[in-house]
Amino acid sequence: MTKNVTNFLSPEERRERRMILLLLAPALAVVGLLLIGPLIWMGWQSFQGPDGFTLDHYARFLSDTVYLSSFVQTFRIAFVVTIAALLLGYPIAYVAAKSQGIWPPIILGMVLLPFWTSVLVRAYAWLILLQRRGLVNTMLIETGVIDKPLILVNNEFGTVMATLHILLPFMVLPLYATMKKIPAELEMAGASLGGGGWLVFRSVFLPLSLPGVIAGSVLVFVLTLGFYITPELLGGGRTFLVSMLVSRNIELYNEWGAASSISMVLLLLVFLIFRLASMLIPFERIMGTR
Amino acid sequence: MNSPLHPQKVGVSIRNAVKRYGTFKALDDVSLDVAPGEFLSVLGPSGSGKTTLLGLLGGFVQPTSGSIHLGATDITYTPPHLRGIGIVFQNYALFPHMTVGENITFPLRARRLPKAEWPAKLQAALEMVELSGYADRAISALSGGQRQRVALARAMIFEPRLILMDEPLSALDKQLRENMQLELKQLHAKLGATIIYVTHDQREALTMSDRIAVMKSGGLVQVDTPKQLHDRPKDSFVASFIGEAMLLPVQRLDAGNLTLAGQTLRSAHPLPSSDDLFLTVHSEKLAFAGPQTAPESNLLPGTVNSCLYQGESVRIFVTLSGGEQVSLRLPSNHSGWQMMPEAGQPVTLALHPEDTIVVPRAA
Repeated sequence: MTKNVTNFLSPEERRERRMILLLLAPALAVVGLLLIGPLIWMGWQSFQGPDGFTLDHYARFLSDTVYLSSFVQTFRIAFVVTIAALLLGYPIAYVAAKSQGIWPPIILGMVLLPFWTSVLVRAYAWLILLQRRGLVNTMLIETGVIDKPLILVNNEFGTVMATLHILLPFMVLPLYATMKKIPAELEMAGASLGGGGWLVFRSVFLPLSLPGVIAGSVLVFVLTLGFYITPELLGGGRTFLVSMLVSRNIELYNEWGAASSISMVLLLLVFLIFRLASMLIPFERIMGTR
Repeated sequence: MNSPLHPQKVGVSIRNAVKRYGTFKALDDVSLDVAPGEFLSVLGPSGSGKTTLLGLLGGFVQPTSGSIHLGATDITYTPPHLRGIGIVFQNYALFPHMTVGENITFPLRARRLPKAEWPAKLQAALEMVELSGYADRAISALSGGQRQRVALARAMIFEPRLILMDEPLSALDKQLRENMQLELKQLHAKLGATIIYVTHDQREALTMSDRIAVMKSGGLVQVDTPKQLHDRPKDSFVASFIGEAMLLPVQRLDAGNLTLAGQTLRSAHPLPSSDDLFLTVHSEKLAFAGPQTAPESNLLPGTVNSCLYQGESVRIFVTLSGGEQVSLRLPSNHSGWQMMPEAGQPVTLALHPEDTIVVPRAA
């Protein structure tokens, strides 16, 4: 398709294309040098053993149960975080999209607030809130809701909680953008035709907001798959995610080949998820450029 | 009535409706009665309160004071989905994720009508708008005119007591718009439903309506039949808004005589008793004076300024002896070309006293 189009380009358009390419060159060089290069190197590493080429690193996916359980746990947490982000984010986006005047920026600002502090600080903040003698437990005990502290961190719950907090904006923003584009007349039309609030929401608004749901879900899911600091700090060793599997292989065993192979598999799975999602909605919409 | 859809005819009565947004009065004491089965157009420039009035009828806007009655029922505070009013929105507001059939049967679904009754009603509605066989099409696969018809079918399938249309043809091109105007008029005759039609296109309003309500800055200026509105406008606002009219300042002499730049004219209609008067000159009321001119006609000498060819007719701009600009048309047929003057040529125009319409300046 592109080839055919190029044939019809006038000299001016060709010059414009060359100009655009020239302007893009620095960015392309950076991406090539710092992203594509290391990726190729990583791919090459994943096939390297002490005696040259090997498939051993990939074979371990079948033999080592730690690998499998780590992937399963990572996907389970990503799934839980995505669902929770959707349940929390949809009403927030809905209210922001439906409110008037100064309210949308205020609501979205509050959603974006976590972006202004470092992930590390937020992880420690959650640790302080959720630990055994933390704010939440102390409050619950003193108000008599519970007798002994709940275990809120150093497990999957703590990991999910903090990850959710950090990734919620990635759910809310695509949802908000999609909802904003749903014309208000559609709901007015639904009402004028006899549809009550719930029917109009269920049969008109909700289906039209689905692209936002998919976009937000894919973003949150994929980002959770690669999360490292938060599960490391709040998982307390009980959550052993893929990212930690990679880091252990390097830190403890100096196994760059194994670490590379795990990264490659995770990368491949992420590509697969994007591919599946883009069959439902265009890729540009997931990334929020359209 | 041979139509399978039978909307119940019902009148609408808006009583002293006021809508304020802060200090801004979007509607200023509007009272309007629409007869059962009537086709009433609401005509006005943008910002005149048309949309607010429509929102009030549809239930999307609550009046600050006043009330709205549908037949004998006060619906002022009835929520939109319980009003049973069919609305055709400006951009059709079709549900883009539903097929034509799903769109049209939405009102049946909302009313929990047994599914067994849907196909017959859908079929009748599709036939009504001449879209039989389109039920499974996607909305995106339809042309503008077809979307318009789907919106219409959807607003009629539940046999609404009243149909509101908000500039439903404004998005269509001229040719299609004129076809749809005729179709809507025929449909109205067939259905006999009460229709309130909002437009800013005076020609559309004149073509389609039983009566026209002219609005200006939140109030009703004149509610009349198209002919009355065109030939007997109430003031300079209505006169300038309807038809191709030129307003020339004139002085009142007595009940039947006036002066235009020193020249005395006679009007067959009693002149309004005001000092600030305008002569409303429609181009079709003017003619070149000739042997056929009625002897009682007012004669206006002038000079041809320019001739503008417009296809079906030629618009001729004439500067009257007092300096006022008027225009008239000659059909672009053989006899028209025979009479065609040239720029700079002195001419005499005839205006019959019956067509000599004088209006006061709008408040």
